[in-house]
Amino acid sequence: MRHDGATLIACASVRARAFVLVTAAALAVFALLLIAAGKNPVRAYADTLVYVFGNTYGFTELVVRMIPLMLTAVAAALPARIGLINVGAEGQLYMGACLATAGALAFSDQPAFILLPLLTVCGFVGGGAWALIAAALRALRLVNETISTLLLNYIAPLIVSYFIFGPWRSPETASYPQSPLFADAARLPTFFHSRVHFGLVYALAALVLYWFVLARTWIGLDMRAIGGNPEAARRLGIPIGRFILVVMFVAGGVAGLAGMAEVTAIQGRLVSEISPGYGFIGFLVSWLAGTSAGGIVIMSFLFALISSVGDVLQITQGLPYAVVNILMAVILFVVLGRRTVGSGPR
Amino acid sequence: MMNTALIVGLISGAILSGTSLLYATLGEIFGERSGIVNLGLEGIMLIGAASGFAATALTGSPYLGIIAAAFAGTAANLIFAYVVISRNANQLAAGLSLMFFGIGLSTLIGQPFVGSLITGLPRLALPDFEAASIGARILSYDLLVYLAVPVAIAAWWLLFRTRWGLQLRTVGESPAAAFAAGAQPWRLQYQALAIAGALGGIAGAHMSIALTLTWADGMTAGRGFIAIALVIFAKWNPLWAIAGALLFGAAEGLQLQLQAAGADVSPFIMNMTPYLLTLAVLILWGWRRQFAAPAALGRNFAGVE
Repeated sequence: MRHDGATLIACASVRARAFVLVTAAALAVFALLLIAAGKNPVRAYADTLVYVFGNTYGFTELVVRMIPLMLTAVAAALPARIGLINVGAEGQLYMGACLATAGALAFSDQPAFILLPLLTVCGFVGGGAWALIAAALRALRLVNETISTLLLNYIAPLIVSYFIFGPWRSPETASYPQSPLFADAARLPTFFHSRVHFGLVYALAALVLYWFVLARTWIGLDMRAIGGNPEAARRLGIPIGRFILVVMFVAGGVAGLAGMAEVTAIQGRLVSEISPGYGFIGFLVSWLAGTSAGGIVIMSFLFALISSVGDVLQITQGLPYAVVNILMAVILFVVLGRRTVGSGPR
Repeated sequence: MMNTALIVGLISGAILSGTSLLYATLGEIFGERSGIVNLGLEGIMLIGAASGFAATALTGSPYLGIIAAAFAGTAANLIFAYVVISRNANQLAAGLSLMFFGIGLSTLIGQPFVGSLITGLPRLALPDFEAASIGARILSYDLLVYLAVPVAIAAWWLLFRTRWGLQLRTVGESPAAAFAAGAQPWRLQYQALAIAGALGGIAGAHMSIALTLTWADGMTAGRGFIAIALVIFAKWNPLWAIAGALLFGAAEGLQLQLQAAGADVSPFIMNMTPYLLTLAVLILWGWRRQFAAPAALGRNFAGVE
């Protein structure tokens, strides 16, 4: 299909207008709920705009939130291209964080230029190995990957809790279960005197590689063949089983990087609450973006912005952060309800 | 003596935690038999738990709380139903959205009631037992426990012994065939999801009104997903769901008993049991190639041209 520039711009502006309408409708519904709860939605929205765009702190915090969303979205998008449904980025993120912590505690005497690449590998392998369980079960045609990745999501945080309540429990802060603080050499660097960290480079690199491999290489061609018609791909001699294993390992690894970055850059230690559901939101980001790399960036921005609304509700209106999940769900429902028969990714 | 207490605790624990799982599983079976996977069951249970608790705290009647939870669960599930049935949305994405909706809405509903005390669903003791005897401890439960197995049998009867059930199952296997035979696929799917919402809401309410007697954010802790796995374990049959719910309830009960008995096992390792058990069962089913899923599960019916 060829597009000339004018058609492309027209298409984009129609889609942008539709999206603004969707967001406005969702904000209105959420406002009604807030009024019902006795809160002031107009002030909450205004506060959010000031918080995010009024100073560098709010905006950099938004970028910080985008990093795990972009990474977990890639973790969902990559398997989606060969027809696999990876709903397990949450668990993969936790296992990446877990193995990265193991590395940080074991090799704390190493200098940063050795330690940081090592921890990156640890995070990638931790998440990848966790996804490999579901991939192997799927490749052997034993268990559907949707249900196995979902179940593994609930096991991974328990493994993290086991370690921070047990072997890795920090002796200094005995009342609060967490691992000891990592050595300085194990801390991922941050930029611009903010919490924006090197994970941003991982996320952007993952997106560019994702786009490049799918669009420009024979691997992408094979993957699209499997995604389009697995039976035909098998008859062409494409090793589908191997693709399932490798693609899921890489996808899990990318989600694991999100976990590695959260513990090494943001927390500086392993804690039980690494992620407020980044993995699940990443799946929805990838789905809304139609698994396109550019779309993932835009949707991650939108969902990070929504989570800033949650921060503001918590700080200024005394509501729990989780309430913002309603706003996210309403946007999703409106988008889902707008899709007409047969359009969009299924 | 120690052993009797342990066994009594185990049995009653299995029955108590199994009850909530059974209601949720039965609800999901109705939906999946009509061809719709609902990953939002966790959210429905949370909404049921929060609204049931809120209604109980406001009215003082746990029975009104259960009714409120059933209505809230149905209402929330009908949003999901509209999006996947009438608007043909992707079921997995819509289900996860419903989960987030439930997490958020239940937090909002429950927030004023954090720390509230309620009188929970009363235990109905059988008359012949002394209150303190072991028999009374095993055999006195709340109304929802006593109703759970009859509801499962009724669900089986509805699905496998009535014309409505036959039509519903046909929709799950082949909506086009059901349509050709004179059934109305969309209408049946709406009905199935309404029932699923009510049962899911009751499942959540049983946890907050009969077990914990408090509201805590995210208190269902993944049981909605265990119930979805239980549907596969039960091969989409309500009668097998009874056995499954008891087994999973026992796994959960065992873990509480071992902790109470001071066993030297990390609680986090024990908490993995239901999930590991589910995975093991799914692997076993897959190994024996026993796939009993409705053929049109997860696919949208766009109508016949």
